[in-house]
Amino acid sequence: MTLLVSVFAALITTAIWYKRQPDNEMKLGVLCWLFWGASLMWLVDAIFEYAEAGAEYFAPALKDMANDLFLGLSVVALAMIIWLIVLLITDPKGVVKGKLLKKKQ
Amino acid sequence: MACFLVPMTEAIVMTVVQKVVEKKEKKAGVETVTSADGYRMEKLPFSKKIGWLNKLLWGGSALLAFEHLWHGEIVPFFPFLTAASEGPEAVSEMLGEMGTVGVSMAALITVVWLGMLLVTSLMQKKALKAIPAAE
Repeated sequence: MTLLVSVFAALITTAIWYKRQPDNEMKLGVLCWLFWGASLMWLVDAIFEYAEAGAEYFAPALKDMANDLFLGLSVVALAMIIWLIVLLITDPKGVVKGKLLKKKQ
Repeated sequence: MACFLVPMTEAIVMTVVQKVVEKKEKKAGVETVTSADGYRMEKLPFSKKIGWLNKLLWGGSALLAFEHLWHGEIVPFFPFLTAASEGPEAVSEMLGEMGTVGVSMAALITVVWLGMLLVTSLMQKKALKAIPAAE
């Protein structure tokens, strides 16, 4: 479930990133790299689990599925926090700088 | 247990490599490619391409570290790895997992990155051929 949430997050952010090109003001690439990196790593994890559990891997208990979904959503939230920090620190639109430094006439 | 440490280690090494390559590229200047009709274009620096690999590795490692924290496999205090406080058997299991799952994670990301290099290189060549026709 965590893998699925991460893959969907990667697909959605990549589609939005592509649509917004060449404008890079929102730094959406950061989110794409985060989600794709995690998705690939969880894919490997899933393959190993499948090799161990077989078809049972695709029929998890409801409790495990809920926990994995909760984890997946938390991962999305964490990734968005990382993205927001990067966005505010790099400040491509100069919004934060504009708030901190007022121009004098 | 701590499989994400393997891609994280690769990320640390490759970040250093990226910095070294970046320095070399700055000294050498901007590399250009020329199409059959003499059209010159700036080539995407290799350091930037290494940056793609680093972003995948760091991004994935960060989110997986959170997952390990979630499952109690790592803790925010010494010895950080739960297995390290559970005895030699747990440590051996952890190392085994790092050697199989962790190495496979790092390998898959690297293979995907190599694929990206191949595809972008082909796209670049195709774009260079298309320029004279478009003008």
